[in-house]
Amino acid sequence: MKRVAIVGYAQHPILKNAGALNEVELIMPVVHQLFNDLGISQQDIDFTCSGSCDYLQGAAFAFVEGLSAIQTNPPIKESHVEMDAAWAMYESMLKIQMGDAETALIYGFGKSSPGDLDAIISLQMDPYYISPLWPDRVSLAALQARVLLDQNVITSEQMLASVIEARANSKNNKNALITDLIDESVYLKNAMVSSPLNKLDCPPISDGSSAMIIASEEKAYEFTDHPIWIEGIDHRIESSNLGSRNLATSNTLQASMNQLNLKNIKFDVAELHTQFSHELPFLKSLLNLQDVPTNLSGGPLVGNVMMCAGLDAIGKTYESLKDNQFTHGLAHATSGPCLQHNMLVHLEAQK
Amino acid sequence: MSAEDTPKDYSESPINLEYFYTAGSATTRFLNQVKEGNIVGQGCPKCKAVYVPPRGSCPRCGVATDIEVPLTDKGCIESFTVVHIPIPGNPIVPPYVCAMIRLDGANISFLHLIQDVEIENIRIGMRIQAVWKPKEEWTHSLENIKWFAPIDEPDVDVATLRFEES
Repeated sequence: MKRVAIVGYAQHPILKNAGALNEVELIMPVVHQLFNDLGISQQDIDFTCSGSCDYLQGAAFAFVEGLSAIQTNPPIKESHVEMDAAWAMYESMLKIQMGDAETALIYGFGKSSPGDLDAIISLQMDPYYISPLWPDRVSLAALQARVLLDQNVITSEQMLASVIEARANSKNNKNALITDLIDESVYLKNAMVSSPLNKLDCPPISDGSSAMIIASEEKAYEFTDHPIWIEGIDHRIESSNLGSRNLATSNTLQASMNQLNLKNIKFDVAELHTQFSHELPFLKSLLNLQDVPTNLSGGPLVGNVMMCAGLDAIGKTYESLKDNQFTHGLAHATSGPCLQHNMLVHLEAQK
Repeated sequence: MSAEDTPKDYSESPINLEYFYTAGSATTRFLNQVKEGNIVGQGCPKCKAVYVPPRGSCPRCGVATDIEVPLTDKGCIESFTVVHIPIPGNPIVPPYVCAMIRLDGANISFLHLIQDVEIENIRIGMRIQAVWKPKEEWTHSLENIKWFAPIDEPDVDVATLRFEES
């Protein structure tokens, strides 16, 4: 495999409601910031790939309009995934592996505030049997939380700890949306949304955007003295039929761990795309991260921009490695209900 | 054939989603001017192209169009078509003319109606001007302009309107 590095990452401050700012106006600042930080322009980019969801905007082919944020003259090579931008990063990785590009710009954007996110997320389900029942995203997550609690995979104390820690860690993240600290009494006062998940177990409705640049080994050092290497990347998906999955574990994540040979790596830091409080202890246990500082950015519980939060987990891991004396970082991105589709990215700082 | 064996060609699962659509800050500035009867395009600080209606960015350069460019309501027909088929919900009776309108000083065109002229006399390059609704009916919409109508000025060679990057 060709070595590929992350050379830059930028994130828009996460907003509860971006109001009049449209998607293009959210994307432009992060892309410009990235170019300015690295002293480069779109001409230095071989391949551009974005991640977004037209249902969030409520307009067909809305992602095409997003391109208005990018310099497209002279014409560029570009692509889009109707997924979290972590998968736009994966596609860019493949492009570089195939020799079609040496550098790639990835951006993701999403405004959850204009629509009804619960209803929109329902539409990703099986269109014959499940979507017509309009299961909302919190209820779907609650199904898995209940299984995990019932089978003693996690405890309710761990869920509470996830919420309290996320807010405490938000101080490390200048772009976090939720920054107020809470204690157990506040947590317990919150009404259940879908048992066992109360409001604080769920991520906030968020608007924002993020961008990242990756480059092959030949190009990475032209952009920065401190590239962070993508040592391994793997993604796998489980059945769309919830009833056929074992929600108490994740065979696909275990397969990814084996594929990336993670068991002998001592991670210094991890960022997991855990949108609900029960997912953090569940994945920490699955991924053997019990003693690894995880979600130091606060994670999705303090800001969860749809179609960006997975890329943000990779970006925040990159920042942690770049800004500290860390060597190994693990990032996780997810898609679909109950952690259906997962990506693991092993990042390494060169020592 | 029993009920179970009857092939089902389709099933209905209606989807109704509601959104608070936001036009964007650039379009908001434009529409606030349209409500006052003004057409204000936006210019690219890099390539100087003028967009009307503006979307907030120059898609050639990928930068915000933060230069306000007041325009007149005069221009020319860049292209047009005669619509013969009634569109459900559209109150206009066919045949009628839809045209790409290129306002003077703008580098892109937009769609609007052409009226007050025999259809067979409409041609590319024809000079036209907006016919506005009464002021008291103005809202945040290009519908404030009822249609465009020809004016007595010489035709324009639209090939000369091609945007050349400075």
